[in-house]
Amino acid sequence: MGSNPSITSVCYKGAENRCMNESRDKDTFEQRLAAAQDKAGMTRPKANEAQSGAGAAQKAINLAMRLGVELVAAMVIAVVIGWGLDRLFHTKPWLMVLMVPVGMAAGLRNLVRATGSKTGNRED
Amino acid sequence: MAGPSIDALGQFRLSTGLGPLGAAINFTNSNEAMLASAAIIVVLFVLGLRSRAIVPGRLQALIELLYEFVRNMCVDTIGEEGLRFFPLVFTLFSFILLGNLLGLFPYFFAFTSHIAVTLSLALFVFAFSTGVGFYTHGFRFFKFFVPEGVPVWLLPLLVPIEIISYLSRPVSLSVRLFANMTAGHVMWEVFAGFMLLLTASFGIFGAFASIVPLGLNVALVALELLVAGLQAYVFAILTCLYLHDAVHMH
Repeated sequence: MGSNPSITSVCYKGAENRCMNESRDKDTFEQRLAAAQDKAGMTRPKANEAQSGAGAAQKAINLAMRLGVELVAAMVIAVVIGWGLDRLFHTKPWLMVLMVPVGMAAGLRNLVRATGSKTGNRED
Repeated sequence: MAGPSIDALGQFRLSTGLGPLGAAINFTNSNEAMLASAAIIVVLFVLGLRSRAIVPGRLQALIELLYEFVRNMCVDTIGEEGLRFFPLVFTLFSFILLGNLLGLFPYFFAFTSHIAVTLSLALFVFAFSTGVGFYTHGFRFFKFFVPEGVPVWLLPLLVPIEIISYLSRPVSLSVRLFANMTAGHVMWEVFAGFMLLLTASFGIFGAFASIVPLGLNVALVALELLVAGLQAYVFAILTCLYLHDAVHMH
């Protein structure tokens, strides 16, 4: 995508046909721009390389925070559902007891989903 | 105990804003902060996009940066059809970001530190993404709760697990934002109150010693700034993830 704001801002300009021409020539323009930037030594280092150990630690902390909440949230929902059903059917505490392992399993499912490649960092 | 004490949760107390009129209709300081953040967003965008220069100025560059950031997030997470949901995601992102940032200022109210606010936002996202799922797939969306390739006798066990996992989304979405914002503000209040306690108990030495919690608070400002941006980002990207699930069903 055109990550350079100055390219896309041409399209805001309002001149419709000019905008369309611009998007048709965009590929060649971006190639020329990249070549010119290379020649002028303006190419920035990749963001991944710039990311230091501190950034990685921050990411790990965020992931841990996220996973903790995921685990607990499923549990809370399961217990609340079990409690509500118990009140409805007057079967205190059995449905809630039944829902606790289901909630645990759902929490683990959340964890797998949050960390697994299938939905975590989607490349598909 | 006499003297100052630490009232860490007093900052989240709601009071009525806008004078007697606000008191009559229960218009709280939380609502004031919401209106303020919405107004700031609108004013920023109107001012920033007024010139529509090819080479953007500072404000326009900031707004284009925000726009492209959220747009790329939508396209990368949901796919090309994600652009349909871009207005929603962008509104949520900018509203929560401004709310978090406004809450960092002294005497301002962080409305994202109330679970009532974050839970309504999360429930809206949840209801919307479920609606999108049923709109695009009809009743086939129920297959979302049936994992592929498992034996039939396991389904009575797995379907409730999937359903609870799905229902837990608004809870985790709202609790994450609410807990992060509340925790940060409570930490500030605790350290600031600790400075008062030190001064009250040890006099002039305590006043000197309270440089330590002051320094901690200054460091916390930087951390909270990061958290404010990050939690807005997390809320937006999880909205995108849920919409992706609703559109693609896997």
